[in-house]
Amino acid sequence: MSNQIIQGILLGGYYALIACGLSFMFSVMRIINLAHGSLAVFAAFALWWLASRFHIPPFVGLLIVLPLMAAIGWALQRFLLERSARGGALLPILTTFGLAIVIDNMLFEQFGADTRSLAPYIGSLSYDSWEWPGSIYVGKLAVIMFATAVILLGGLQLFLTRTRLGRSIRATSEDPDTAGLVGVDARRANAIAASIAMVTVGLAGAFLGMRATFDPYAGAPQLLFAFEAAVIGGAGSLWGTLVGGIVLALAQTLGAQVHPQGFLIGGHAVFLVVLFVRLSTSGLGLRGLLRLPSRSAS
Amino acid sequence: MSLLSVEDLVVRHGLLQAVRGVSFSIERGETLALVGANGAGKTTLLRAIAGAHQPAAGRVLLDGADLTNVPSHRRVGMGIALVPEGRKLFVQMTVEENLLLGRTAGRPGEWSVDRVLDMFPNLKPRRHAKTGHLSGGEQQATAIGRALMSNPEVLLLDEVSLGLSPLIVDRVYAALQGLIASGTTIILVEQDLNRALAVSDRVICMLEGRVALEGPSKAVSRDQVTKAYFGLHRKSPGSVPA
Amino acid sequence: MSTVSSSPVIERGTATSRIAAIAVAVIIALLAIAPQFLSAGAVDRMTALFIYVILAAMWNALAGFGGLVSVGQQVFFGLGAYFAIRLADAGLNPFASLFVSAIVVGVLSWPLSLFMLRLRNGEFAIGMWVIAALTHLLVNLDRLVQGETGTSLISLNVYDAGTRRVAIYWLALASMTALLATLFGLLRGSTGAAIRAIRDNEDAAASVGVRVTGTKRLLFVLAAFGIGVAGALWLATSITFQPKTYFNVQWTAYMIFMVLVGGIGTFEGAILGALVFFLIETWFGGTGVWYLVGLGATAVLFSLFLPRGLWGTIEERFGLRLLPVGYRVRLPATAVDGDATPQQSTISREKA
Repeated sequence: MSNQIIQGILLGGYYALIACGLSFMFSVMRIINLAHGSLAVFAAFALWWLASRFHIPPFVGLLIVLPLMAAIGWALQRFLLERSARGGALLPILTTFGLAIVIDNMLFEQFGADTRSLAPYIGSLSYDSWEWPGSIYVGKLAVIMFATAVILLGGLQLFLTRTRLGRSIRATSEDPDTAGLVGVDARRANAIAASIAMVTVGLAGAFLGMRATFDPYAGAPQLLFAFEAAVIGGAGSLWGTLVGGIVLALAQTLGAQVHPQGFLIGGHAVFLVVLFVRLSTSGLGLRGLLRLPSRSAS
Repeated sequence: MSLLSVEDLVVRHGLLQAVRGVSFSIERGETLALVGANGAGKTTLLRAIAGAHQPAAGRVLLDGADLTNVPSHRRVGMGIALVPEGRKLFVQMTVEENLLLGRTAGRPGEWSVDRVLDMFPNLKPRRHAKTGHLSGGEQQATAIGRALMSNPEVLLLDEVSLGLSPLIVDRVYAALQGLIASGTTIILVEQDLNRALAVSDRVICMLEGRVALEGPSKAVSRDQVTKAYFGLHRKSPGSVPA
Repeated sequence: MSTVSSSPVIERGTATSRIAAIAVAVIIALLAIAPQFLSAGAVDRMTALFIYVILAAMWNALAGFGGLVSVGQQVFFGLGAYFAIRLADAGLNPFASLFVSAIVVGVLSWPLSLFMLRLRNGEFAIGMWVIAALTHLLVNLDRLVQGETGTSLISLNVYDAGTRRVAIYWLALASMTALLATLFGLLRGSTGAAIRAIRDNEDAAASVGVRVTGTKRLLFVLAAFGIGVAGALWLATSITFQPKTYFNVQWTAYMIFMVLVGGIGTFEGAILGALVFFLIETWFGGTGVWYLVGLGATAVLFSLFLPRGLWGTIEERFGLRLLPVGYRVRLPATAVDGDATPQQSTISREKA
């Protein structure tokens, strides 16, 4: 059992990775990007394509894919989100949902329905494990994934609090109007935030491909995982995302113990329970849920 | 050449014309007070100068350069800083972080976090406190400090005494007096007429979006300003033409 | 507006809208007798069109009028079909089970609304998706459904194919007409004033005493019921029930497409959008993936460049209004566009 708990915690690292970009974008731009999961799958396909076509190992491929994802994030913010956000809070949901459909089906068009994996391209890493005291075997990949999540979250935290750019992004997220009045280019700050979010999505996509299989329509479940982990953890704090990811993964592990099809049910159920408890104790909507401060500018 | 001039500026909020054809200019080192009743368009005028509102017509010039299409964040870099009404601090961030944000535009100059803290010693112990937890006076000091950190040519102050106790207002103005003495160009909106006349070189009284009265603060009487304030000047032929 | 001295005219219908009302009656009558003249394939296609109109109108009721964008409406579509299977399996007449099933869906949506309506915007949108995903998994656990293998509404096979086809056609037409009429009545009544107030500004509506949550709940339950009807009818036309097909997010994608293209928040827009979708599907549905890419891309483009959709744009440009659900104020001097004015939208006293 303790073995499964450890596996669950490590899997939580993956969920934290995929959730942190979603909650980061939400906390800065107040947009929930419904194409989030599809973009992660896109990154996984890009790495798979580089590996299978040009024999570029996925870890090297990241050097190409991550800058590409950053560019996509920039373009996404400049050409889609910025414009649709002006039409109110509901429009970006529709825009990004439409984008998700486009990405999913383009991937299907390009790569077909087959499920793919990056595991064959990372050598023994995909199955190697360490033995920990108490005859517990932990996969090397899972540990790397978890460590990446911790480093990424910590790095983001440092970036946001210690650098000028990070402060600009936080100021923009709090009040874009006033940010402009103190000299922050809010459009640029948002575009950079979107780029950073997409880099995390690229990383998440890489680990999705290495630890499991994916197909063109795998984006939707990834979006749901990301959303659930972000809400369970509370998007206000980055470390909350890690907690959320771990809780989600543990609930899935427990669900799988109860019933062969219980893995996903357990995850959804714990999400709804957390949501229910928080809604009935706070009596708040969105702001209370994701623990966001209210924005002073309307 | 005037440091800052506003020419026939018109600003609308939807159907409402908040500023209706305002022109004035301010020389380097001058202090200009904007007075007028609530809704006279003072705040909108300041925000339009800072670039937060896009004018429907007219121009804003800084050192002769047209700013009309320059976004607010670039105006900070050109030397215009606004202390907005209601202070508008980033409440999730500390005093120091708020001050450092003022430096984003990167204008060279003498202002630093330490200098602001010297100017407002009451902020020193609160340096790492989130501004949401500060008192009104401390918040106002942070807001002024944040604007100064951009080393502005022109400082726009919108109702810095709003919601503060008289004692704290005195302290804030004592600090401002130092700035005025050092030659900083200032446009300030102030409800307290006596205080506005006392600190400024020149006064503009706005009424329903227009300039109702303009003149040197020493030369205009309180009575004249009061008449312009309430729109009574239109009947009296003796008022200073706008 | 208050400065106008000569008295403005407040009106609901226009000459155009009175003609439109007669036209609607004629169209429904013609559609009712149409199976006499149409081929079997055409009858099936028309049935599909009616179901699309229901889906579009219901999603529009929720998003366009209630301000609740959901990407999980497939849950009601799937449940509408699932409960029909269950009820028919329990021995209920298959046609009766279609409607009892939709009622069950509507009843179930009420407790769900207590919970989900406290979420806002994007949270509500994905929250509903999670509900749909979870419901899909739970339905798979039912032995009757046999997981993804699925099952069929076998008891419908006692009717011969011709009777069945026409009966389902009429049921779909009647359901569509009844649901549209209900929605129209709701929007024209005092609840309609509340709905429009919420659509325009939720906080302001709440501050003048509009029962925001109650009104939204009404729309949520109506949309659940209507989409449940659509799911049950779809099951009747295709007989087979595979959870994956019915609980597919594609259904919500279709709804979003229809409403975005037609015109979100306009009664006529959803119908127009369904027609457009129907034609696109008829012409391009065979192109497979590119058809879906096109739908997604069109939705993105409309949300960016024409967020009011086709009908919203027509309405704005020409002041045209066929089925007026609001009031319009005509000022004697200048023509003012016919948006529902808040002065008329007084506080809703109706229990929602």
